[in-house]
Amino acid sequence: MTILTLDGVSVAFDGFRALNELSLNIEKGEMRAIIGPNGAGKTTMMDVITGKTRADKGRLLFDDTVDLARLDEPAIARLGIGRKFQKPTVFEMLDVRDNLLLSLAGIRSPARTLFARQTASEHDRIDEILRITRLEPSAHRLAGSLSHGQKQWLEIGMLLGQEPELLLVDEPVAGMTDAETAATATLLREINRTRTVVVVEHDMDFVRALDVTVTVLHEGSVIAEGTLDHVSNQQRVVEVYLGR
Amino acid sequence: MNSPGLSRTAAFATPITILGLALAMALLNLLTPAAAELHVPTYAISLAGKYLSFAMLGIAVDLVWGFAGILTLGHAAFFALGGYAMGMYLLREIGARGTYGNPDLPDFMVFLNYQRLPWYWLGFNHLPFAVLMALVVPGVLAFVFGWLTFRSRVSGVYLSIITQALTYALLLAFFRNDMGFGGNNGLTDFKDIAGLSLQSDVTRDALLVITAITLSAAFLLVRAVLTSRFGRVLVAVRDAESRTRFLGYRPEHVKLLVWTLSALLAGLGGALYVTQVGIINPGEFAPANSIEAVIWVAVGGRGTLVGAILGAVLVNLGKTVFTGALPEFWLYALGALFIVVTLFLPRGIIGLLRERRRDSPNSPAPEKLPA
Repeated sequence: MTILTLDGVSVAFDGFRALNELSLNIEKGEMRAIIGPNGAGKTTMMDVITGKTRADKGRLLFDDTVDLARLDEPAIARLGIGRKFQKPTVFEMLDVRDNLLLSLAGIRSPARTLFARQTASEHDRIDEILRITRLEPSAHRLAGSLSHGQKQWLEIGMLLGQEPELLLVDEPVAGMTDAETAATATLLREINRTRTVVVVEHDMDFVRALDVTVTVLHEGSVIAEGTLDHVSNQQRVVEVYLGR
Repeated sequence: MNSPGLSRTAAFATPITILGLALAMALLNLLTPAAAELHVPTYAISLAGKYLSFAMLGIAVDLVWGFAGILTLGHAAFFALGGYAMGMYLLREIGARGTYGNPDLPDFMVFLNYQRLPWYWLGFNHLPFAVLMALVVPGVLAFVFGWLTFRSRVSGVYLSIITQALTYALLLAFFRNDMGFGGNNGLTDFKDIAGLSLQSDVTRDALLVITAITLSAAFLLVRAVLTSRFGRVLVAVRDAESRTRFLGYRPEHVKLLVWTLSALLAGLGGALYVTQVGIINPGEFAPANSIEAVIWVAVGGRGTLVGAILGAVLVNLGKTVFTGALPEFWLYALGALFIVVTLFLPRGIIGLLRERRRDSPNSPAPEKLPA
């Protein structure tokens, strides 16, 4: 079953074609790595899926039925599509627990947040995410005081809290140490057991460690798809990306 | 749960201090003879009431600027609208005792040859209705204004400029005689409130105490809002608005709620202000008034609530003293104060006090203040 379908999606900014007839299918439960040189359209693709940017043409379907082009960011997020940004974006003036609390699936309307009390199940869920992301010792620290790697993990934790069916993860290991990178690969594989994951990444070692289907983007279109070994042997891929 | 910028001690200390001081002043005014050393003169009672009304506006500004990151430069508009609602009641309360002795029309309407009371003055002979309108009118205006601007994702300096335009437009409108609000002169010559003479000491003492109670209640209400989960969403929207969208929140709704609540508080402050100052005129809509309110908050400490109250009282106390001595220089002094605070006290007086406490040896874990 297909969870996400992009069919001939194009986006242009001032004449620059960021996405050019991009077509892509993500199956439910799979993990997909998207690679490509700078300007290939990786981040624009995420923007289009999450409602930040509108597609000029083409179709975007979630779960084969929901037309994403009609929805805005909050509606798409509530539908079950979570996104982690390239630059870790957490709520710096709130502590780690509160960051996770706000991410938990459920209450979103302002009026209901006024009267919401933290339930036992919310408390337990936050404990669980703290354990998964190894942030237990920092639970009561302000998110702004975390290290870069910890912020990345907190953001992944917030993504988990949302309970999305589909996670879009933009360069999760940028700026991480080797040990952190390896741990992140393990974490993503763990998450992938119950959810569909799309990872955009530059780091080839990390992509190799994930060991999943790779899609190569170039100038806003797919130029190759398959295992990492398969795509790295294709002449076109070597030309535009690996052989630079 | 700890909450950025709000200290737990202030939660108890602030209302107790406000109520205690107001009660003490009122009692000293009533019970001591005029010659006694501790006697508080009646003019000081009304001045204190005015400062506390301004503190309501200060809280309203801090709520949106300190905690939602919306730099409002037009909040005095909501304050003045609340003031006009109360002024309309006080004017109707004069009844047939005006210069023209007309029981149905206020003096200015007789003077301008009105034949009958405009429809929008109906009901203002009742105090509860006027208080309700002091909330409803600013609230509805804020809701409509906020709905249009936040939905279009107008923010930052653009929003500030629009709020200035809003208050300036109202200033021009209320200056017009045919608006039916007394034009240039505004509304004044009030005599009674709820049948009690506004000139009597007891009424003035009571008004001060009522203002202190309202301010304390507003402080506790806003604090409750900010320490709720909504308060956390608000801080999240202030610091990383687009991130909250990808979590499924709608920042425009969050801002709209807090903006409207803030306008209600400002309107109530304006209503209390007019009872103690005895006049409301279009000058209250002047853009400079809204900017002054922002300065009070900056001086006291943005994003601390208690700082807004402290700043409003201290700056206005300074204004009273200064305009008595060197009236022409007040605006220069205010401008200089703002520059000094921005350069040397970026977190205001409250921020300075907290830093002092933090430097002491057995200080608690540092609590970050909003940027």
